[in-house]
Amino acid sequence: MKNKYSIFSLIKNAFSGHENWQRAWRDPEPKKEYDAIIIGGGGHGLATAYYLAKKHKMTNIALVEKGWIGGGNTGRNTTIIRSNYLWDASAGLYDHALKIWEGLSQELNYNVMFSQRGVMNLAHNLQDVRDLKRRTHANRLNGIDAVWLNTEEVKKFCPIINTSPSIRYPVLGGTLQRRAGTARHDAVAWGYARGADEMGVDIIQNCEVKGIKRNGDTVEGIETTKGFIKTKKIGVVAAGHSSVIANMAGIRLPLESKPLQALVSEPVKPIIDTVVMSNAVHAYVSQSDKGELVIGAGTDSYVSYTQKGSHNIVEETLRAILELYPIFSRMKMLRQWGGIVDICPDASPIISKTQVKGLYINCGWGTGGFKATPGSGDLFAHTIANDEPHKLNAAFNLNRFVSGDLVDEHGAAAVAH
Amino acid sequence: MFIINCPYCGERDQTEFSCGGEAHIERPKQPTELSDDQWAEYLFMRKNIKGIQFERWNHIHGCRKWFNVVRDTSNDKIHAVYKMGERPPIK
Repeated sequence: MKNKYSIFSLIKNAFSGHENWQRAWRDPEPKKEYDAIIIGGGGHGLATAYYLAKKHKMTNIALVEKGWIGGGNTGRNTTIIRSNYLWDASAGLYDHALKIWEGLSQELNYNVMFSQRGVMNLAHNLQDVRDLKRRTHANRLNGIDAVWLNTEEVKKFCPIINTSPSIRYPVLGGTLQRRAGTARHDAVAWGYARGADEMGVDIIQNCEVKGIKRNGDTVEGIETTKGFIKTKKIGVVAAGHSSVIANMAGIRLPLESKPLQALVSEPVKPIIDTVVMSNAVHAYVSQSDKGELVIGAGTDSYVSYTQKGSHNIVEETLRAILELYPIFSRMKMLRQWGGIVDICPDASPIISKTQVKGLYINCGWGTGGFKATPGSGDLFAHTIANDEPHKLNAAFNLNRFVSGDLVDEHGAAAVAH
Repeated sequence: MFIINCPYCGERDQTEFSCGGEAHIERPKQPTELSDDQWAEYLFMRKNIKGIQFERWNHIHGCRKWFNVVRDTSNDKIHAVYKMGERPPIK
């Protein structure tokens, strides 16, 4: 049983120089067999393991991770959370996640620093205005909070934005989702890991999957750098490397993996207390609790697994940031990095069974997976445990690429995809 | 970010080019005969290889010609460039 984190445990441990904190999760060796194995120790994978154990009482399960937990895209995103998607299926999926976010710190007894500071999406041309207004109405019909702001209201909500009509892409208005915001990405991975570990889930780090063993159309287990592990159910949550894992099981996915970049500035005093996104000029910015500006750039246009990204992409984003926020013109950028995102042709995720029995896949989150972490884990756990999708992820099946029933969020979400 | 050796113009920066994705995906010869599964395979399914990948590029800000590139997607090193219709110089 894990000790509860509280103000009292904090004071108690302060007196002993913080040297006696209980270990947050074990470092077990893999058993010979599990009821289910999750491949990938990012937020989505850890959340899946957590909900499998918590809601579906599957505690004889393992999660294998080739590096360390939260070391992939979970630790590389810009931590933005929102649910203002256009289509009903997406709205249902992302708002399910947002509702879990709202109580997540309490549920996990782990402060994920969820901050509902609002997300504002800017419109820079007439088509943006039409699309964003349409999305606002669609959101409200789905019970998701959304309001349209005119240029003056945008300026009032975030005074540092340059709303001059003379800039190259003037701000014509924007939408605001007040329940949206940010969270601390590492804490999400650590909180779910701690919770899953407490219920008996084996989290096995530095364990790379080398092969998936099949007997006909059924899975039998995985070959790893720590030996063969037998199982009847495998959940693949490998983000940018989903195609690599799927290839081991002999199936193909409709994915392309590309580097997506982000960067942070030197830390400064509080200057922007919300998240502002702009799709037309591709710039989005928020400020971390440490004071760094967190800036998201775009993807490279070609497949690559390098986790770097091209310089011209950063240049384009900073150009747009500078025009929208002239106050940042003397900021120094501190760090830049890339993560490999797996993008579906319709820019919507796949949370689905596959043609191989016992093989489940959760992928295709593209450039926007972090916000969905709790919902994705919950729904994927449901799909694995029941061998059937939940009604909220039924539309996000792999078969939609055969049936043609796509969830086309590419232009519809009005954000960076 | 890397340099691509356009077979028509020579070495140029990657930003002059546009990537057309996986190469050698053959257009169905009998489109009316295809099943939904075969259409999905042709339209959407990709190898998305980590390693040596064959892909199409267009010199969009140069000669505007299409050609093929063999690139290692794990480190972005280009192993070969060859024209459309030519056989890949390496396996």
